[in-house]
Amino acid sequence: MNQLITILIDGITYASWLFIVALGLTLVFGVLKILNIAHGSFYAVGAYAAASFVSWFGAMQFAPSWSLVAMLLAAVAVAALVAPLCERSLLRPFYGRDEVLLVLVTYALFLILEDVTKLIWGVNPYYVTDPYALFGNVDIGEQSYVGYDFMLVAVAVVVGVAVWWGLNRTRQGKLVLAVIHSEEVASSMGVNVSRVYMLAFGVGIFLAALGGALTAPMISVQPGVSVGVIIVSFAVVIIGGLGSIPGAAIGALIVGLARSLAVHTAPVAELFSVYIVMAVVLMFRPEGLFQRIQARKI
Amino acid sequence: MSALADTRNAPVLQAAGLQKRFGSVVAASDMSLEVGHGERVSLIGSNGAGKTTFVNMITGYIRPDAGSIALDGRAITGMTPRAITHLGVARSFQIPQLCAGLTVLDNMLVATACHGRSLSFLRPAHRADAIERAEALLKRFGLAAQSGRRVSELPGGVRKLLDIAMALTEQPRLLLLDEPTSGVSVEEKFPMMDTVMQALEEEAMTVLFVEHDMDIVERYASRVVAFYSGRIIADAAPADALANEEVRRYVTGTLR
Amino acid sequence: MQATSATLDKPALATRHGAGRPRTLLAGLVLIALLIGAGALLPKWLTFLLTMAASHGLVSLGIVVLMRCGVVSFGQGMVFALGGYTAALLFNRLGMTDALGMALAGGLVAALAALLVARLIAGYRGIFFAMLTLALSMVLYGVLVKTDAVGGSDGFNMGRATLLGQALPDASVGYLLYAVTIGLSGVLALAARVYFDSTRGLVSLAVRENELRVEYLGGSVRQAVAANFVIAAFLGGVGGALTVMSLGHIDPNFSYWTSSGEFVFVAILAGYHSVLAVFIASTLLEIVRSFSSLYFPNTWQLALGIFLLLAIRFLPGGIGSLWAGGKIKTSNGGRP
Repeated sequence: MNQLITILIDGITYASWLFIVALGLTLVFGVLKILNIAHGSFYAVGAYAAASFVSWFGAMQFAPSWSLVAMLLAAVAVAALVAPLCERSLLRPFYGRDEVLLVLVTYALFLILEDVTKLIWGVNPYYVTDPYALFGNVDIGEQSYVGYDFMLVAVAVVVGVAVWWGLNRTRQGKLVLAVIHSEEVASSMGVNVSRVYMLAFGVGIFLAALGGALTAPMISVQPGVSVGVIIVSFAVVIIGGLGSIPGAAIGALIVGLARSLAVHTAPVAELFSVYIVMAVVLMFRPEGLFQRIQARKI
Repeated sequence: MSALADTRNAPVLQAAGLQKRFGSVVAASDMSLEVGHGERVSLIGSNGAGKTTFVNMITGYIRPDAGSIALDGRAITGMTPRAITHLGVARSFQIPQLCAGLTVLDNMLVATACHGRSLSFLRPAHRADAIERAEALLKRFGLAAQSGRRVSELPGGVRKLLDIAMALTEQPRLLLLDEPTSGVSVEEKFPMMDTVMQALEEEAMTVLFVEHDMDIVERYASRVVAFYSGRIIADAAPADALANEEVRRYVTGTLR
Repeated sequence: MQATSATLDKPALATRHGAGRPRTLLAGLVLIALLIGAGALLPKWLTFLLTMAASHGLVSLGIVVLMRCGVVSFGQGMVFALGGYTAALLFNRLGMTDALGMALAGGLVAALAALLVARLIAGYRGIFFAMLTLALSMVLYGVLVKTDAVGGSDGFNMGRATLLGQALPDASVGYLLYAVTIGLSGVLALAARVYFDSTRGLVSLAVRENELRVEYLGGSVRQAVAANFVIAAFLGGVGGALTVMSLGHIDPNFSYWTSSGEFVFVAILAGYHSVLAVFIASTLLEIVRSFSSLYFPNTWQLALGIFLLLAIRFLPGGIGSLWAGGKIKTSNGGRP
């Protein structure tokens, strides 16, 4: 029983992290029809930026709890500075082209960003572990969990609700939904599709960077952080359905719980359990568990 | 009924009692048709009358709910488009279905290669005999000069001709033309159909062509089959069919 | 008159293909022989670089085979790893040391694995094909990392191969492997060219352009894609085996997505028109990779990324389109 609770908690905390990261990916695909390999790179940039911001806040003698604000600001900064630049100069020339071609463009962007982060932040790892202790420990049963992980769960819920609300309850969100359904029709109705693209891309990048920023205290921030994140985000998004927000949540839960189950009961399956689920979903229900687009299957 | 058919041979096409519904819509109701060798049958009817459903059932794109289809006496009901093609039914498309990135000649060679007899990992696609046959057919369609040009650079009328020429490549038993003159400008329609029909004459080809332009129908059809609301309402020589009261009311619109 | 204009405008493409074939093959064989011969005079680092370029080039050639029927595989790492592990395991566990034997065995194992999933995979296109191949390669990666019997995440080493029963002194083994790699890659490259020019090769191109028409002309789209998938796997497997033999080491990273990404990079850079272009592009990547750690460790990926963007933007048909295939009008939305 105890093990079950542990599996559940670990699964949910991991799922929360996955959701925050994958949500941006699925949003960008849903609106711009781009499967962004560089999504993980923006995550990494967010982590690095958070490391920097938290250090500055520390140097300026802010109280430790302000480090959360620092991380949030880092994510915002990344989105505000990097997103428009990438969208305008690197993605825009390729809109409307074949979907796989766009994936290759984002692959090029991934390669570029890998080195850009090295050029800006160097190759040595950054450690900003102080914030990880901000929420102390929580004891459930015999296990002690880090409070920070539960904070992540809360953030995931807040983010999910915020994005849902933003899309379904605001005017701007309705325009975004229109573009998701049909860019052509929305455009002919007078919707400024360019602006919607910019907005969606910006939000997507913000979410990736936020994921990275919030994770920074938990890892050593160094080159190569992006690589593992990309692939697991893809798995989540494919399982849940490309472009679907509830799908990202379900996908995250499935992947999170599958991995947690594997780690605790069959460690040998830890790595491939995620990809097996991804492959199985692709084979039997390629459009994912929440249909948003039709899979091109003959 | 098929007074113009060559009664010494078995009908090339025998469709009997074809039925098809899509949900609550009856797309085909008891459609029967026999086409003899060498006939040029025009299928007419307004949109939604059932002509396309009929053509799709013949070519295997959809499976009839009931009824049978036979080619040269052999049952082909419910077979896949690929299998039916191998048995000798070829079709052209209303919107030309071509390999836009390849040349005209390559498109013709694709038709030969797909048919399978020469399918191989080693046999060159561009061998002399295949090219010669392809170019001979292109010549009959007046496309010889274009054979080296990429399809994406060609105008619509040329694409239509190529679409039909490709269907003819492997000497089918039955050729179905889906609105051959649609999208073709008025002054080009007759020259185009002249070219097509002459090429078909040389093969004594059995043709079914879906057509909306009654001038084209009158000029080139040896027989007219009219559709309305999923049924065949007339099947006769052009003059008789077009004078038919129901046809005039529901198809050509010349009777109020 | 119609007759004369027809003969005057005979398409250059057809005659070039028809008459030029034996010449191209001969030229290819001469080039292979020259490269092997020249290798004896080249410095060791260069022959090693060329060996890697050729063996990796084979893997990318597999991706090009699939590109020619309209799909891009993001999981060639899977067959690369299968081929490599097959060769290494044959050497270590079964004592098979013959270079050619191991290379072909690697290719066969990979091809067999592909055969198992070919029919299923052949039903997918676009992003889903890419993601499914990616997922499969990552599954293999996950399995390899956790399988201690094959060295887990560290992988393992293998010794020096032999050829036709002859073991050579250490100093010459590098050249031996170079010769085998260039020779085998060259022969497979020529075979690929023959395949591309064959009737099946033409049907593949047609599948890329218009699947519907292929079916209505009597061709089988599924068969074409499945066949290409197996051929690509064979090429990738041979490439993996040849790589391992020269590298002396294998690990699960062979199947990681970034490894697959590099092979795709070369394939896109080369385009699908020229087989030679694939090996030129592969050599370019090896050159950049080799010199990067010395001269520009933190900017070589940046350079590659920019290079790729420029290629996609300005040379969508790849390097090969500079001399084969002509100008590609992006009538199909610019598919790679």
